[in-house]
Amino acid sequence: MAHHTITIEDTGESYRCADHRSVLEGMEALGKKGIPVGCRQGGCGVCKVQILEGQYSKRVMSRAHVSAEEEASGCVLSCRIKPTSDLRLHVVGAMKKNVCRPVSEAASVSTHPT
Amino acid sequence: MAMTGVLRPGHAQIRVLDLEESVQWYTNVMGLQPMGRDAQGRAYFKTRNERDHHSIILRQADQAGLDFFGYKVLDKATLDDLEKKLQAFGVKTERIPAGDLLETGERVRFRIPTGHTLELYAEKKDVGNGMGYTDPEVDVLDGPGIRPIRMDHALIYGGDIDGNLKLFTEVLGFTLVERVKLEDGTTDLATWLTCSHKAHDIAMVRHAEDAKLHHVAFQMPSWESVLRAADIMSVNRVSIDIGPTRHGITQGTTIYFFDPSGNRLETFCGGYDHYPDMHPVTWSWEEVGRGIFYHDRKLNDAFLSVVT
Repeated sequence: MAHHTITIEDTGESYRCADHRSVLEGMEALGKKGIPVGCRQGGCGVCKVQILEGQYSKRVMSRAHVSAEEEASGCVLSCRIKPTSDLRLHVVGAMKKNVCRPVSEAASVSTHPT
Repeated sequence: MAMTGVLRPGHAQIRVLDLEESVQWYTNVMGLQPMGRDAQGRAYFKTRNERDHHSIILRQADQAGLDFFGYKVLDKATLDDLEKKLQAFGVKTERIPAGDLLETGERVRFRIPTGHTLELYAEKKDVGNGMGYTDPEVDVLDGPGIRPIRMDHALIYGGDIDGNLKLFTEVLGFTLVERVKLEDGTTDLATWLTCSHKAHDIAMVRHAEDAKLHHVAFQMPSWESVLRAADIMSVNRVSIDIGPTRHGITQGTTIYFFDPSGNRLETFCGGYDHYPDMHPVTWSWEEVGRGIFYHDRKLNDAFLSVVT
């Protein structure tokens, strides 16, 4: 089993991730933070990152959150990639709490895909 | 109350990113029974205890989520009657022919105000639970996998939950069981409704995006079996959202977790019986954390943010 160093550019946080774990799972397993954690299964999109440098293997991820073009350019869900080299990444996803608004306020808020 | 009209949740069609991986997972980890595939390639499942042909349908797609949620109604006359009532209420309905879903009769399909597709149907083949209808044994539901009793309810997210409440209570005969109010004390953040005497047959949360799935729930026989499900999840490295814990709302014990495509599921047990004469329970905005997660007494980040 090989380990690779993942660096989250936004926070400067870095951690060692085993190559059998997803980049997200590796972060969580060490109690590290920086990438939002959602379903961890490629469906919800909150853990989206832009890979700035490095190599990885990947699995199918929801087209509701990652287009084919984005995927090809290294904008991917961190729960669906495993490192095959050291990686540097930038966090794109976010937890959007777009629920808790009274009707009058909600009406003025545009909806957007998460 | 005599059970008439809409009886119970009957099926959920769930979109999955990798069908073969999901079929293995729903079979071996959830412990559901594979019930075949149709010409479109959709995979069908039931719990061991369910009598009708299927309750879960998996469809390969490029994004996760819920295609539709179906309720079984008492008989064909009820189906015709409810279709007329929906139309009179201004809801456009569509008939899906018998056999489109395996072993299932004609379905009445319509869109609810939160953008979700709902279906009613009266007929699905009774394949039994393996125990027979004469002198049956108790099925102890042991063996590999979580093995829930039944697919029980869904929690859906969308904008117009007020419109949903009106449709479900005024047309489909549901009763309001519990609700959570927003800061203003009047707007509903969420509602829990039943068509039976269960604590909920559907629940909904106000959300900026329509047609979203929060979870599909499976009923477990005991709190111990919910804890056993948690062990099975860790053995199989299942992504757990929260739990085992308890809901203040409905008072059920629970685990939220995710299928291999990120669709949230729930294994839950308990809750209380509801009758239509009972006063609904209201939760204030200040106590919503305790209402959703009774032991943590706060919402986790994912509850209001992570949906498919």
